[in-house]
Amino acid sequence: MHAFEYSAPHSLSDAVSLLSQANGNAKLLAGGTDLIDQMRTGRFRPALVIDVKKLAELNLLEFDSDGLHVGAAVTCYRIYDEPDIANDYTALADACHIIGGVQIQSRASMGGNLCNSGPAADSTPAMIALGGHCVIVGPGETRQVPVEDFCTAPGKNVLERGELLAEILFPPRPANSGSHYRRLIPRNEMDIAVVGVGASVELDEDKQTIKSARVALGAVAPTPLFAKDVSESLAGKSATDETFAAAGEAARQIVSPIDDMRGTADYRKHITGVLVKRVLAAATARARGETINYKAGRD
Amino acid sequence: MSDKQVISFELNGECVEFLCEPRQTLLEVLRDTLHLTGSKEGCSNGNCGACTVLLDGRPVVSCLVLAVECEDARVRTIESVACDGALDEVQSAFLEGAALQCGICTPGFIVQAEALLDANPNPSEDDIRFYLAGNLCRCTGYDKIVRAVQSAAEKRREATAAG
Repeated sequence: MHAFEYSAPHSLSDAVSLLSQANGNAKLLAGGTDLIDQMRTGRFRPALVIDVKKLAELNLLEFDSDGLHVGAAVTCYRIYDEPDIANDYTALADACHIIGGVQIQSRASMGGNLCNSGPAADSTPAMIALGGHCVIVGPGETRQVPVEDFCTAPGKNVLERGELLAEILFPPRPANSGSHYRRLIPRNEMDIAVVGVGASVELDEDKQTIKSARVALGAVAPTPLFAKDVSESLAGKSATDETFAAAGEAARQIVSPIDDMRGTADYRKHITGVLVKRVLAAATARARGETINYKAGRD
Repeated sequence: MSDKQVISFELNGECVEFLCEPRQTLLEVLRDTLHLTGSKEGCSNGNCGACTVLLDGRPVVSCLVLAVECEDARVRTIESVACDGALDEVQSAFLEGAALQCGICTPGFIVQAEALLDANPNPSEDDIRFYLAGNLCRCTGYDKIVRAVQSAAEKRREATAAG
C-alpha cells in the first residue's frame, strides 16, 4: 500500500477543515472495508486518510421527534442489533444482515456503503424505501439531500469538495407500516446483488388498502433507483398479490440494467419484477404485524 | 514515506506498544512486527476470513483494519485461544473431527467460531453456516467444520451445565 498520512480528528469542524485543506487529496475512512482494499490495489492513492470513527456525530444512533438518526460511521451490526430498528426500520436491518460476512458487518458503515455509491449497494435501496435524507456537512451550510438523489453515477455522488456525510435521517415510521429489503444472488451469502429491492408499505386502518408505498431498486441502473411512479401508483390500491404483480411489471419497464458476469440485462429485468412483487408482499405482511418466512441471507 | 507512529493496544490480555506506518494493516503488524503468525494472509481483501481476529470483542478481518486504527483497542488472536498449552473445545473439536486439511483457513475459522459461541451458545446448523460465511475453505467442503462447531458448542454447554 502507498504511504499516506493518517488523522483521526475528534471534532466535526476539525474533520471538515482537514478535508477542505487537502484539496481533494484526502479520503475519509470509516469501516475501511472498501477503502483499504481500494488503496491496496492502487485505485485510490490519497495523501491523507481521515478516520471519522472518533466523531461523535457520525456514531450517533438515536430516535427523537425527527425520527431515526443514523450516524454515517454506524456499523452494520449496530443497526441489526438495535431492536427498535429491526422492528420499525426492518428493511435497513435486512440489508445490514447481508452486507459481506459477519466480519465485514463488524466494520462496514452505513455512510461508507452510501458514499461508495455503488449501483448494487445493499443498504441504499433500503434507505430510499424508508425515506432517508443525507445530512451533509461542509465548509458552507449544512444541507439535506434525499438518499435517492445522493448517487449520481457509479462511484459518484453529490458531495462537493470539503463536504462529508454526517448522518442519514429517517422520518418516524407511520402506524400500520412495514418494510423489507431482499436481493437475488447465486449463492446464499457473501455476494453482490444481481438485483436488490427495498420497499416500504403503509396500510390504511383496515390493513387491506395501501395508503402509501416506496419502492427502490438496486443493481439495475447506474445508480440505486427510486421507483417514484411505481410507488405513487400503489397508493389507494388493495394490498393484494395482483397489485404487487402489477407493480413488479411496472418496475421492469423503468430499469436499465447491464449485462455482466452476474446476469444479463434481460434476466435482471425479469428478476426486478419477481423481487418487487415478493418484497411488497413481505413489507405488507409486516405492516399487518405478521411474521414473514424470511431469514436474512437464508432464502 | 510518512512517519512511523507509536501505537499501543491490549493484545491477548497484555499491553503492547509498537511502531508502525499508517499504511500497515493490523494483520501485517501482528505477523511481521509482533511475530504472531497464527493469523493467516489468504486474500488480503476481506473475502476469505483467514486473518480473522477479535477487535474489541467483534470478529474482524485484520487485513482490512489499519494498525493505527487500533490505538487503545483490545485485540484477541488465535494465539490466545489455547490456555497454558491446552486446546479449548473448538480447537479440540476441529482436531478430533478432522475439520481441516491444509490448515491455512483454520485459525480464522476457530476465531470466528469462538465469536459465534460467545454470542450464541446453542447455534443451529443454519446459524453456524451463516456466521461462518465470511470464512472460506478450499479443502474440506465445510461439512466437517460445521460438525466440529456443533460438537464444540455441545461440549461447552455440557461444561457450563456441569458448572
